[in-house]
Amino acid sequence: MAAYITGIIIFSLIAVIATVGLAIFTGFTGLFSLGHAAFFAIGAYTAGILTYFYDVNFFLALFAGGLMSGFVGLFIGVPTLKAKLRSDYFAIATLGFGEAVRVLLENLNITQGARGLPGITAATTLPVAFAVAALVIWIARNFVRSRHGRAAIAVREDFVAAEMMGINLFAVRLSSLVFSAVCCGVAGGLFAHYVCFIQPAMFTAYLSTQLTAGVVAGGMGSITGPVVAAIIFVAVPEALRVANIWRLVAYGLLLVLIMVFRPQGLFGYRELSWKSFRHIPDWLKAWRKSGNRRAKL
Amino acid sequence: MNRLELTGLTKNFGGITACRDISLTIPDGQIMGLIGPNGAGKTTIFNLITGVYQPTGGRIYYDGQVLSRLRPDQIVDRGVARTFQNIRLFRNLSVLDNVCIGADRHESYSLAAALVRLPYVVKKEVAIVERAMEYLAVVGLNDKAAIRADALPYGLQRKLELARALALKPKLLLLDEPAAGMNPEESMELAGLIRRVHGQYGLTILLIEHHMDVVMDLCEKVFVLNFGIKLAEGTAEEIQTNPDVLKAYLGEGYRRAGNKQDQC
Repeated sequence: MAAYITGIIIFSLIAVIATVGLAIFTGFTGLFSLGHAAFFAIGAYTAGILTYFYDVNFFLALFAGGLMSGFVGLFIGVPTLKAKLRSDYFAIATLGFGEAVRVLLENLNITQGARGLPGITAATTLPVAFAVAALVIWIARNFVRSRHGRAAIAVREDFVAAEMMGINLFAVRLSSLVFSAVCCGVAGGLFAHYVCFIQPAMFTAYLSTQLTAGVVAGGMGSITGPVVAAIIFVAVPEALRVANIWRLVAYGLLLVLIMVFRPQGLFGYRELSWKSFRHIPDWLKAWRKSGNRRAKL
Repeated sequence: MNRLELTGLTKNFGGITACRDISLTIPDGQIMGLIGPNGAGKTTIFNLITGVYQPTGGRIYYDGQVLSRLRPDQIVDRGVARTFQNIRLFRNLSVLDNVCIGADRHESYSLAAALVRLPYVVKKEVAIVERAMEYLAVVGLNDKAAIRADALPYGLQRKLELARALALKPKLLLLDEPAAGMNPEESMELAGLIRRVHGQYGLTILLIEHHMDVVMDLCEKVFVLNFGIKLAEGTAEEIQTNPDVLKAYLGEGYRRAGNKQDQC
């Protein structure tokens, strides 16, 4: 049972790392991606292959996985972002990219195709996952609180005005894409060394959608929001295992409910901090007041 | 020396000519007006100067150097700032953050340093906030720094846009209808503010405006556009008496209104 709980926590932390990375890209720069599973897969395979075939040190492999993902992010980002693809066009480009990477993984020799890589060393422990997650959150927070983070937010808010503030749209979008790719790559490396078996079928558009949904449900423009959402998205399906096949329905329902009642995401543009808890009485008061108003109507 | 010089500037959108063969010069340190009916091509000229559009023909000289083919952010780096006709603030950010984004240009630090938040980054951030507060004080918004930008009333949003542009430390400031939607009293107050920052920061200003009292009050020289061509240029008095201009833009009504005022 303890191992089961530990497993869920590790999966949550891996989801947190990937989602926070994507939050920097989608939540702060405002570009939607439906292909970040590809970066996750690239990180998983790079790190997995390095430890499996070449006996490379785990942390070095993890680093290499992030680096490789970042490099591929650069490779896909330059043409799409240079062409100023936006919103749905960019999302479709990333969707194609995600599928292309999966097909590539199924057909390369080094990845052993659809058979996958069985028997990768189990190196991801709870402290490792926790330390990496904490590091990623800290770096993301530093980014958001810097001039570079403000530039990204400006691009999301109004890219014409951002350009008139001397912000290079291409550079901002590309650097945040690379950052998100590195985070997803590292998360993938951790994943590979926890489940010890990876195959291309694990990294489908479903995973991409889940990551993007985590950012949107957590709140565009927030770091803590996506962190909480990522944990919920891993923990809730687990907690609902008793409900068998209905758990996926409940999961979908949860997403719909969040979007209906909190279209700005769980946290909107806000961050969760100790200060937030002081506002809870105010929220309750406002909630009761609105309840009264509804009752009167 | 000329701060800005346009020679034969032309912009076509498909078959439509937004502006044709526009030539004008703006000497350093002056306030110039750009007037004309709606759709005359005034904002197009701003978009050409700031690199949002590339000209179909003609040249833009800034400080004697050709500006064409540069990206908007590179043009901003040369010292050009603008405000927008339809206010374009970063609506979900605080008033302070809006100005900070402008002030960021001049307290630069690298992305790598930002990611690990080196001590000097924290120092720079403090300097950015101080600088931003100075510009907010100039337009009188320093007591509203923490409010969300879109919570400000309309007139103050225009002032915030001005503060944000000033934070870029421009040499040439392009103001696109800064007094739009203001009553005469507010627009004259804004004119006073523009005159003050013009002197304080040694700016050269090109101003698009429909409020003639603001234009007459501020501008040393006025350019009149109509259907994408330059109709006239001259001092405010010359423009007021130019028959072409009266017909195209000010209309007969403006003279009559002016005469009425004289009689009072």
